Amino acid sequence: MAADASAPALPVRLRRPSLISSIGLFLVALLLIWLGVNLVKTPGDFFQVLLIGITTGCVYALVALGYTLVYGILELINFAHGDVFMLGGMLTITYATGFFNLHQGQGWVIVPIVFATLLLSMLTCGLINATIEFVAYRPLRSAPRLAPLITAIGVSFIIEDIGLAWKGPNYVSSPDVFPHTKVFSIGGVTYEWNKMIVVLITVPVLLGLLYLVQRTRQGKAMRATAQDKDASAMMGINVNRTISFTFLIAGSLAGAAGLLYALYVTTVRFDQGFQLGLIAFTAAVLGGIGNLPGAVLGAILIGLIQAFNEGLNWHAPGSDWTESIVFSILILILVFRPEGLLGEQTPEGG
Amino acid sequence: MSQQLTATSSPRGEQVGFRNQARAWWRSLPAVERAGIAIGIEVAFAIALFFIDHALGYGVLIVSTVYWVRRLPSFPLRTGAQVGLIVLLAILAAAWTTPWSLVILLGVGAAITWIPGRHKSWGVPVAALVLAVLYPFYADKMFTMPVFGVWPDVGTGVYMLVFIMMAVGLNIVVGYAGLLDLGYVAFYATGAYTAAWFMSLQFSHTKWHLGAIGIDPSLPGIHVSMWPILLLAGCVTALFGIIIGLPTLRLRGDYLAIVTLGFGEILPQVARNGDSLGGFNLTNGPNGITPLDAPGFGHTLSRITGGFLPANYLSCCSRTINVGFLHIHHQIASYDVFFWTAIVLLLFTVFCSLRLQYSRLGRAWIAIREDETAAAAMGIPLMRTKTWAYASGAFFGGIAGAYYAVFKSATFPGDFFFNISVFILCMVILGGMGNIWGVIVGAAFLAYLNQEGLANTGAWLNSNIHVAGWRPNFDPSLYASGIYGVIILVVMLFRPEGLIPSRRRAAELHEGVHDEPLYDATSAGAEA
Repeated sequence: MAADASAPALPVRLRRPSLISSIGLFLVALLLIWLGVNLVKTPGDFFQVLLIGITTGCVYALVALGYTLVYGILELINFAHGDVFMLGGMLTITYATGFFNLHQGQGWVIVPIVFATLLLSMLTCGLINATIEFVAYRPLRSAPRLAPLITAIGVSFIIEDIGLAWKGPNYVSSPDVFPHTKVFSIGGVTYEWNKMIVVLITVPVLLGLLYLVQRTRQGKAMRATAQDKDASAMMGINVNRTISFTFLIAGSLAGAAGLLYALYVTTVRFDQGFQLGLIAFTAAVLGGIGNLPGAVLGAILIGLIQAFNEGLNWHAPGSDWTESIVFSILILILVFRPEGLLGEQTPEGG
Repeated sequence: MSQQLTATSSPRGEQVGFRNQARAWWRSLPAVERAGIAIGIEVAFAIALFFIDHALGYGVLIVSTVYWVRRLPSFPLRTGAQVGLIVLLAILAAAWTTPWSLVILLGVGAAITWIPGRHKSWGVPVAALVLAVLYPFYADKMFTMPVFGVWPDVGTGVYMLVFIMMAVGLNIVVGYAGLLDLGYVAFYATGAYTAAWFMSLQFSHTKWHLGAIGIDPSLPGIHVSMWPILLLAGCVTALFGIIIGLPTLRLRGDYLAIVTLGFGEILPQVARNGDSLGGFNLTNGPNGITPLDAPGFGHTLSRITGGFLPANYLSCCSRTINVGFLHIHHQIASYDVFFWTAIVLLLFTVFCSLRLQYSRLGRAWIAIREDETAAAAMGIPLMRTKTWAYASGAFFGGIAGAYYAVFKSATFPGDFFFNISVFILCMVILGGMGNIWGVIVGAAFLAYLNQEGLANTGAWLNSNIHVAGWRPNFDPSLYASGIYGVIILVVMLFRPEGLIPSRRRAAELHEGVHDEPLYDATSAGAEA
């Protein structure tokens, strides 16, 4: 009996690539064929949608990085992260219109205003996220792994209702301040400044994060804590403070994403955070959770898939099915390649 | 991890952190002082509440007195105090405004606590069952509760029973087997749509009648009697659970949770967009499938049992039950029949769940929950055992979903949001994961809150709270999910084993179990 049960564990892992990965490759091939046909049929639309997808992907990347940072250090899916992102959007609208009186058609004045709002929003969301960790996750550090996960769902619902109580059940709209003038226009494919600004804000934030994690002392502490909490505590790293710092960084990324989403899409509603957070989490899993470049890659891919699904004409399922498609990708990734595109082989798949 | 190390070196005496220090200070006080402080706080609390609402103050006083009376050391003293309390209540009831129903309810409650210990294991459930079965007769005679207002009506009772069934089903997955399922609403939806397909005009291009009650034989669509459909819905949902489970149960803990969440999001969207799947109208889209056929036993069975089993639930009932000395004159309504049927279904669920708990399979679930690696090493087939947990949990979710769809006579895709999954999970957590009685209590309370309690509470708050001319004006049912969030958070932080815990689960949650991944290369390397 014992031999029966323990024997399949290894052979299954060895056999798996031959059958299952061929199914996975088949699915990827179908996807590529569909994209290729669309490219040939309507090349203009294809590239237009591609640019939209990259822009959306940038916003997703900022949120996905938050998931990946927290998962990397605590192995916790922080469900509340998406709702912190939603709060970031609401805070942005409040700061920008309330404090700085941001409105449409201001010209170059918006640059310092947006920058100041970005810093404020990042700071507030970072503090909110660190507070969540302190209140809800820290007391459960030694509990079974499912306990903080369940708590995270509770926190997510609480924050969602804080947004509801604060801004009401309707869409909160932001002034459409980013200019819609063209950056370039090649053969009918146009790229406007409002999309460009999203990329222009995302890239420095990502580079800053990479520098923080790879080059600074605090980043080294984060990586050490993620690898082995006991050993890093023995080496003199304050583990709890490092975890708090990680939540602060993750929250401020969510704040930046909230700003971009609020100013680019121009509407935020209290229940959008959870949905979008799940999509961003899918992106983090697709890229390989715990892996920073992977999260960015996965987010861009998810943004592209969403844009292609909603924007292409030939046999595209359309926006009614976006969530189904994204979650199907999540399930397929977890079944076929739990380690993600760039991740290492993790035990979760075994 | 560092906490784990310190926890193993001194399991109880860790004096770090505000909560632990406060707890240690509290424990260091003499017992008399502790009791005195507690009683003083309770009396102060009761007096404060008395100024807000008289009944609320009395309620807190009675509950705290009963609690402290139970702690009295000697048997005659305790019995005397309890008898005195009841006599006092009876005098109050006769002379003053305390309603008789409250006195009778308290008397029954006291009688249940007097059941001797060895008979308690069956006595308490039987008493609760009798009270529940008789509920339609005395529902309108009940007193008005403080804060919560009137007692739930029988329709809410059906809703509560259905959600208790679902919570008991989810408890098999989450409580027994320790697999976090965030997509239980998918099973609910599967059951509801299975019932809707076989009991409505949905597939109007076919015509198939099999024992349906009160349906014109010339109507198109599939019309089957509810009883086989309940079983079918359970089986279809269990099959669906297996289909979801097989590829995903290899994943561990949080990954499994996220995959079930994914399914829970996909399925309602399929239901919403399912009005033209390649031109075929499967789910009638956002309009939902409505109406569904009425359930019933048919004329033959009804005649044989002398009208005890109704032929058709919707047009059955006209009989009036009179119990003169209790002033009960109740005309049986179709809601009552739905209510009793739901009780029978719940009994079936609870029976299966109890029999499963300590079966070979149930013990295998516990083993997997506590330590998957050790369970595998002991020869438990992980995949098969987990799949069975999934299938059995799904089975009861499917039956509950199908029955609820028949009760509402409709199924809409808007009923199957992620919130419902978390709502059911919250019931299991609040009551106590793994303990079926706790889950029943938690589910009954939360389902009541969701259906009537929150609205009543809001009305009470808005009319009774006023501070210097300021009155709150808010509707707590808008913030239902946030309130569940708070419940989840508070329970997980302060009492992770739930209100009525199973002893085993409580031990696991407090001492922690070996919960490391199977092939964790990094931690294995660190420990070596």
